[in-house]
Amino acid sequence: MNELLLVVTIAGERVALPAAAVESVVELDTLIPVPRAAPHVAGLSALRSRVLTVIDCMRSLELGTSDCSDGIREAAVVELDGHHYALIVDLVEDVVEALSDPAPMRAAMGPGWERVSQGMVETETGPLLLIDVAALLAGATEAKAA
Amino acid sequence: MDDLIADFVAECRDMLEALGGEIVAWEAQPDDRARLDNIFRFVHTVKGNCGFFDFPRLEALSHAAEDALADVRAGRRQADGTLVSAVLAIIDRIGEMIASIEAGEEMPAGDDSALIDALAPGAEGHAAPVAAAVGDGHGRAASAPRTIRLSVELLDRVMSTVSDMVLARNELARRLRESSTEVSVDSAFERLSAIIAEMRDAITRTRMQRIENLFVALPRMVRDLSAELGKQVLVDIEGGDVELDREMIEMIRDPLTHIIRNAVDHGIETPADRLKAGKREIGLLCVSARQSGNQILIDIQDDGRGIDGAKLVEKAISNGVIEKADAAQLTPREKLALIFEAGLSTAKEVTAISGRGVGMDVVRSNVERIGGIVEVDSTPGQGTRMTLRVPLTLTIIPALTVSIGSHHFAIPRSAIEEIVRANGESVTLEHLGGAGVATIRGRRVPEVSLAEILGLETDVAESDRRLIVLRPAGGDVYALSVDRIHDHEELVVKPAAPAVMATGLYAGTTLADDGSPILLFDPAGLAQVGGVKLEMQERAARIAEGPASSGPKTIPVLLFRGLDGARRALRLAVVDRIEEVPVSTVRTAAGQLRVQLGEAILPLAGGDSAELGDEKIRLFRLNDGVHEIGYAFKEVIDFATIEHDVIHAEKPGEISGVSLINGEPAELVDAHWLFATYVGAAAQAAEPLVCRIPGDDPWMQNMLRPIVEAAGYRVIGDEDGGDADLVIAAQGDNVGEAARAIFIRSELEPAGKKDESIYRYDRAGLLMALKSAGSGRGK
Repeated sequence: MNELLLVVTIAGERVALPAAAVESVVELDTLIPVPRAAPHVAGLSALRSRVLTVIDCMRSLELGTSDCSDGIREAAVVELDGHHYALIVDLVEDVVEALSDPAPMRAAMGPGWERVSQGMVETETGPLLLIDVAALLAGATEAKAA
Repeated sequence: MDDLIADFVAECRDMLEALGGEIVAWEAQPDDRARLDNIFRFVHTVKGNCGFFDFPRLEALSHAAEDALADVRAGRRQADGTLVSAVLAIIDRIGEMIASIEAGEEMPAGDDSALIDALAPGAEGHAAPVAAAVGDGHGRAASAPRTIRLSVELLDRVMSTVSDMVLARNELARRLRESSTEVSVDSAFERLSAIIAEMRDAITRTRMQRIENLFVALPRMVRDLSAELGKQVLVDIEGGDVELDREMIEMIRDPLTHIIRNAVDHGIETPADRLKAGKREIGLLCVSARQSGNQILIDIQDDGRGIDGAKLVEKAISNGVIEKADAAQLTPREKLALIFEAGLSTAKEVTAISGRGVGMDVVRSNVERIGGIVEVDSTPGQGTRMTLRVPLTLTIIPALTVSIGSHHFAIPRSAIEEIVRANGESVTLEHLGGAGVATIRGRRVPEVSLAEILGLETDVAESDRRLIVLRPAGGDVYALSVDRIHDHEELVVKPAAPAVMATGLYAGTTLADDGSPILLFDPAGLAQVGGVKLEMQERAARIAEGPASSGPKTIPVLLFRGLDGARRALRLAVVDRIEEVPVSTVRTAAGQLRVQLGEAILPLAGGDSAELGDEKIRLFRLNDGVHEIGYAFKEVIDFATIEHDVIHAEKPGEISGVSLINGEPAELVDAHWLFATYVGAAAQAAEPLVCRIPGDDPWMQNMLRPIVEAAGYRVIGDEDGGDADLVIAAQGDNVGEAARAIFIRSELEPAGKKDESIYRYDRAGLLMALKSAGSGRGK
């Protein structure tokens, strides 16, 4: 209850990540591509001599590709099973408090959103979609294979 | 053994401490299942460990308690107050005994039967004095070794922090190079650098564990297995003190277990069969570990029925693994290696232990995944030897960095066999049906383009690329073409995220010196994704070898850096192997530098004693078929071939000429000259010329004698009898009827025209005279 949420914008939509899962918010400058990796893996980057696997959230949601050409991107760093990931998002807004437990969405969403959704949470700034970080990291390909 | 006891004591102490609360709670609530389980686990562990050590009292106690508790767990008995008290009394007694073991005392004599009897159902509770006994056990542990137990995660965290520190230092070094700094800053940084290096060494050592931890479970496993199979097997374990990265020990646990199960199940025969074959009833299984360079070798050898190569081939043909025509071409070794192919097993029937044919291929792939190799050697009827070769540590991997366009990657150095230019003299690159085939010195090798595998753009023409000949651990070779080759680096490798590993191409990620991430390839994975059929390749290649080998001959050489830093090359054929020895084994003896290698003492070339450094030296062991000499060097650069003209040296000597190798000049070491110089003298020494030197002349004994001995003479004094081939004497001395004589004078100028004496410091003249005296032998 009263979980803290990090509000970010992905593909133009404001969504919430569980703040407990997010280690930090960074600006990525270098991006080393990983050939032959799943499309949502944008590449590798280094943060304080740690290797980050950079995930393009738009691709993970099959909503297009984030534009990484201009160099610096904002990203949220999360950890899963000992590996560190950077989630490329359009914008990191703020941390807000959840005012409700996630409730299932009854309206139909896009297939990408459907896959990563943990439901809807109420906040002071209105309802937000709560994202399942692990599903976001897994990307579209694994979900299809499963 | 002491270590094991210390471990056992520490473990028991931990459990006793943890149990402290449990015991009290159990006393209050004897039917609490969770508490009961904890206590049961404790006595069970103690009992199990006592099997290794000779602690009969401990064993009897824990065994009795275990039996009683097992009855309670199985519902055959109710836990009542008497039982609880009796068990508690036993646990306390165990605690006392452990305390005395820890203090290194003799196990106190005493009778535990009262305690054990108290466990029996219906026994009268007389375990009241329990509490009194508890206090004694402690307070005596002062003499215990000063060790602490740490969680492995904490060590890992320290290790990764140190790795990060190394990377941070590298970055700082780069920044410092870029900006001009004061000398004082540089020297402070140097110091920091050295401390970090030392710390990394130390922390790497803390991760090392004795392989004993892996071996300790083997005797029990073999005992159980052989009992199940009705066989008798004796296990002989050696080299338990070899140290290995903790992680690596975990990685080889399964392959090792599997190989041993196979050996007991398929290798060693039943006692009846063994007797029939004229062997002892009891089969022998030897497991030994030893360190060789930066590898650990683990041998598993049985004296069982061995592997029947012919049967394997039959099976392989019927399973379609190989073609009949190819099968005829297999060498015995290759036949045995078929055991690692998927789907092969010579076991007649599937047993619960092994023989489903899913074994050895999995073993091989598991070992290869950690950069190791499995080899098999077997003589039918006499036994089988499996050898596991694994690297010492997983975390730091020597690697070569390569690039495609602007993308950099690393390839583990251990898999690289050689590097050639695609347009080199002995290399041709062809495309057959779209597949690349490189012919390197007559050997056909499948070629894949890294750019194609990765789907990257490249701006380097195919003929300008470099081919890296890779041999994925244990597999067959293939050539990988890359745009450029950069540097040799020692990389701290970390596992990559699952999404990256899913490509099958990469073994991990690492950070380069400039702080940017680099992906490390898995050579086997590259081949697989590139569509190279590794299993079939080498056999097919040999068939092609006959007609193809008529091309121009090139000379394979070993490119290395000498002690003086010069780039040199030695013909590969004369290099027997490379050894690393402590500098203390190198001595100047009998006129030249010599190195002791095991039982042999070899002349050492390649540098003088001042250049050897002070820790370890590496040397090539050169062999001309009869004699051996050592050649010290600093580091091996690469394998290469001489493709350019050789500019010959003007004078004969250690260096016979200079040639361009891999684009840079390198001196060619003249092996003939080395042997002629270093062994020539030694060979003569078998039947040395004898030289008599006056024993009472200190100058001759101390100064002259070494020169004479170096020239191949055996030196005797006046007092020794026997004939001398040469006599050396001071000017004017009477030498009697010697074959030849050399007179030494102490004045620079000769006394007269007929004076044939030699000035004592006319070294050239002395050597000349010694030489001519030697050649005049037999006259």
